Amino acid sequence: MSDDNKKSLWQKLRALGLGTIAVAFTAGIIFWGGFNTVMEWTNTEQFCISCHEMRDNVYEEYRNTIHYQNRTGVRAICSDCHVPREWVPKMIRKIQATRELYGKVMGTIDTPEKFEAHRLRLAENEWRRMRANNSQECRNCHSFEYFDYSVQGRRSNQAHQSGLAEGKTCIDCHKGIAHSLPPIEQDIGLERPAVTPDVFHPPSTQQ
Amino acid sequence: MNRKTRNLVLALIASLGLGAAGAPLAQTVSSVRGVDVSAPEPAPGNFRQLPDSPPIPRDYVQQPPLVPHKVEGYEVTVNFNKCMDCHSWTRYLEAGATKVSLTHFKDRDGGELSNISPRRYFCLQCHVPQTDARPLVENTFRPATGVR
Ligand code: HEC
Ligand code: HEC
Ligand code: HEC
Ligand code: HEC
Ligand code: HEC
Ligand code: HEC
Repeated sequence: MSDDNKKSLWQKLRALGLGTIAVAFTAGIIFWGGFNTVMEWTNTEQFCISCHEMRDNVYEEYRNTIHYQNRTGVRAICSDCHVPREWVPKMIRKIQATRELYGKVMGTIDTPEKFEAHRLRLAENEWRRMRANNSQECRNCHSFEYFDYSVQGRRSNQAHQSGLAEGKTCIDCHKGIAHSLPPIEQDIGLERPAVTPDVFHPPSTQQ
Repeated sequence: MNRKTRNLVLALIASLGLGAAGAPLAQTVSSVRGVDVSAPEPAPGNFRQLPDSPPIPRDYVQQPPLVPHKVEGYEVTVNFNKCMDCHSWTRYLEAGATKVSLTHFKDRDGGELSNISPRRYFCLQCHVPQTDARPLVENTFRPATGVR
């Protein structure tokens, strides 16, 4: 009798345990799946340009560039360049991006004029980030180890061989690859707040 | 009719005759444009930008040198002049480019400025990139002797 009870209790427990595991497992899948779906959805071009701050300025500029439209149709969308692929850096970037929600609510860049006024700060943030990770996002698609210098243009060829050997990274030379630039100090015309030469062309890290 | 008047009349007839002969000649000149000016412009040919090359020899004195490289997507705005990022006196060494000549520092009154003059800001007004298009008409132009 008691043996039977024990067994059934054990069975109950086991059934319960299995059930819990199964429930937790499915919940996990749904949650994780949902989480990933949200993560993926917030990585789409549609999502980024759902805010007019992004659509009217940077998106319009990007539409004239090679990463939007080209001969082969292989594209780079916003998140390819702005959101890291690796899990931890991606989460950090996503959390930082809540600042954009705040900016949206406060209307920090909700007119073209305000956007221009803030572009210097925003661009410098992005340059700092890319420089710190050795332009990882660019290198996700472009592996300089596989650059075929015999078909690259004369200027690219020379700049890449010397520049990369000196420890420069893509963003050191390719600023403004997808959008118009903030004012850059070139000593032409009147003085104004502008990106200084040592930020625009940072000295190489190896000497 | 005296001699003077006769000569005048002859000259007049001759010039009228020439004019009449000239009229059909003028009509045989066909426009390189391909269509009548009032018609819609024909689509531009599918020309390709030539690959980057060393500087192209100049053809005449004071010629703005041709651009021997691609310039697609180069930003020239109030914020930034991409051309000057490689061709300015401060940047040319690192970029391996020809530096802009000092003539570009002169304002329209001949005064010297400390950098490129506003009238030289838009480089592509004078310096043009090259495609693989064929010349529209044959010609026998020979570069000036000093720059050959
Ligand atoms: C809710 C509207 C909104 C959406 C959606 C949005 N942005 Fe933004 N974004 C903003 C605002 C507002 C700012 C300015 C924040 C500030 O003032 O610091 C901004 C700033 C930026 C910056 C400057 C970065 C920095 O660190 O200062 C980048 C890059 C950027 N957005 C990229 C993106 C990308 C990529 C997406 C899609 C994944 C996206 N944004 C979606 C509103 C948005
Ligand atoms: C999603 C992949 C992807 C990412 C990320 C990416 N690129 Fe590209 N990039 C491409 C492709 C594809 C092309 C070539 C398009 C063609 O020629 O058909 C290209 C072309 C280019 C060119 C050649 C431009 C020209 O006019 O010929 C440059 C320069 C470049 N990328 C730099 C960058 C830099 C700098 C970054 C990082 C900020 C970057 N790319 C990020 C895919 C990418
Ligand atoms: C030292 C400066 C420098 C660095 C560092 C650099 N580039 Fe470039 N790159 C250039 C120059 C100069 C050109 C040619 C001019 C142009 O296309 O505007 C060029 C051209 C290119 C092109 C077009 C090649 C062609 O000939 O069609 C690609 C693609 C490119 N770069 C990608 C990259 C990537 C990816 C990185 C990082 C791994 C990188 N570059 C790092 C200077 C640099
Ligand atoms: C090929 C890579 C690439 C793509 C694709 C790209 N960006 Fe950027 N973005 C950059 C770089 C590099 C910067 C840093 C500033 C600069 O160099 O122009 C930047 C800067 C920005 C900034 C800061 C303001 C500024 O102009 O500097 C915003 C906002 C932004 N990007 C949003 C977007 C959005 C939205 C999209 C998609 C529509 C997008 N980016 C697509 C490379 C890219
Ligand atoms: C990435 C750097 C770079 C940029 C940006 C650039 N150039 Fe150049 N340019 C060069 C180099 C390098 C040469 C020399 C050609 C060579 O030796 O490869 C050159 C050559 C020239 C020449 C021929 C000079 C001579 O001595 O015959 C002209 C003209 C010229 N560029 C105009 C322009 C214009 C106009 C722009 C802007 C639309 C521009 N360049 C942007 C690097 C650049
Ligand atoms: C109004 C027409 C005009 C404009 C605009 C112009 N140039 Fe020139 N450029 C010339 C002429 C003409 C020459 C040849 C005679 C001379 O050296 O002044 C020349 C020569 C040059 C040379 C060769 C210098 C040498 O030492 O042989 C370079 C490089 C150059 N220009 C670059 C530029 C750049 C970069 C810009 C834009 C910032 C520019 N030019 C704007 C007309 C122009």
